[in-house]
Amino acid sequence: MTAPGIEVADLHVVRGGVRAVDGATLTVPYGQVTGLLGPSGCGKTSLMRSLVGVQIVASGSVTLGGLPAGDPALRSRIGYVTQAPSVYDDLTVEENLRFFARVLGLDGDEVDRCIAAVELDDHRTRMAGRLSGGQLSRVSLAVALLGSPEFLVLDEPTVGLDPVLRRDLWQMFHSLADGGAAVLVSSHVMDEAERCDRLLLMRSGRILADDTPAGLLERTGQQSVEHAFLSLVDTAGEERA
Amino acid sequence: MSPRITLAVARRVLAQLRHDHRTLALLLFMPAFFMALLWWMFEESTGPEFDRFAPALLAIFPFFVMFLVTSVTTLRERSSGTLERLLAMPTGRLDLLSGYALAFGLMAALQSVIAVTTSVYLLDLDVAGPVWMLVVVAVVDAVLGSSLGLFLSAFARTEFQAVQFMPAVVTPQVLLCGLFVPREELPSVLREISDLLPLSYAVDAITLVSTTTSEALGGVDADIWADLAVVLGFALAGLVLGAATLRRRTA
Repeated sequence: MTAPGIEVADLHVVRGGVRAVDGATLTVPYGQVTGLLGPSGCGKTSLMRSLVGVQIVASGSVTLGGLPAGDPALRSRIGYVTQAPSVYDDLTVEENLRFFARVLGLDGDEVDRCIAAVELDDHRTRMAGRLSGGQLSRVSLAVALLGSPEFLVLDEPTVGLDPVLRRDLWQMFHSLADGGAAVLVSSHVMDEAERCDRLLLMRSGRILADDTPAGLLERTGQQSVEHAFLSLVDTAGEERA
Repeated sequence: MSPRITLAVARRVLAQLRHDHRTLALLLFMPAFFMALLWWMFEESTGPEFDRFAPALLAIFPFFVMFLVTSVTTLRERSSGTLERLLAMPTGRLDLLSGYALAFGLMAALQSVIAVTTSVYLLDLDVAGPVWMLVVVAVVDAVLGSSLGLFLSAFARTEFQAVQFMPAVVTPQVLLCGLFVPREELPSVLREISDLLPLSYAVDAITLVSTTTSEALGGVDADIWADLAVVLGFALAGLVLGAATLRRRTA
């Protein structure tokens, strides 16, 4: 793993006539949990879709482990969780996992492991459509964990979950990163920042900061990531004016 | 193309149907029920009306049922995000579509066996050719319906629109396939249009099976195979065009 995880250089994405990503440059290193933080509609999802290779990009380069995003060789090496839980409502938890495992060519042990990882053992025979929102997003997360992918791109995986479970999931993200994966987690909740090894602050399609949480606070002289974000927005506004 | 993924998709579609008892019952028994209704309609008449209409309907039902089921299923796959997830995985576009065609083809086979058995053995439908050939034609029609449904679902943004496509695509084919007016008696322009529609060939094939006997192998005339080949050609074209509408990268 000599290539540095995920690398994005001067990425531009236009979605629905809007410049959703406007010249983003960033790195998501292996072995760390990188948080992508910013308000709703700031371009987080477009950026993440570009990494996974399902987004038409206007310009810029995106590479994962040295390969261009969307390369067929990457398809079984990325775990991707979309904001809406992308699972089948009319299948049980276990059937959902089994299906995606078959697509990836994995066996039943891997299904058991991933169901256990999101703590859904007690619900494995329940229909996905009958689960609560939080349980459903865990099913979606379990699918992304199949095959222990080298890159995890998780779009707001902890929204609406109870605090205990959120803590457990963040612990899991860290253990995946400790295992060598490059983990990118987006959130619009600034207080999740302290759980990340690195932070990317995003607003209006631009990356305002790419730093460690401590480094960010030191550089802006603020007490919290939320205040650091605000001070960066003010500075960016002055520079443009 | 990966047989593993094709089979995984087919198994998944069948598992979804197995959980949905109401849809399953409608899929399997509705055509047989309509055949019985048709027979009842003509109970008082002395002519051969049932024998005249029943074969064409055996070809039409699987076509339009599978068209509807497939277009809604595919649309759900698109709107739920599972399509995006599958295409971010090593799934080939044709793997996905062949998986669908396989699962719905199997359902169509069961549906047709039930409808044909009901028509021939309970309702005394007169069939000059081999009875199994009715099932073959019906299955090919169902695959045609699935493939057109897959293709057209790409143009529907909502399930509501997908349902509207059914009358738009299916009705002209039903009107012009020879069910109401024999195709050779249609005005020449309509006759030519009907030559371009796949369901016409399906109905021609099933009518030939039920009205003619043949010395050919298996009692099936070469004309029937030719009609079926046309239907299958349309079905394959629909699958390939459908695959072209599935995009890995979207705006």
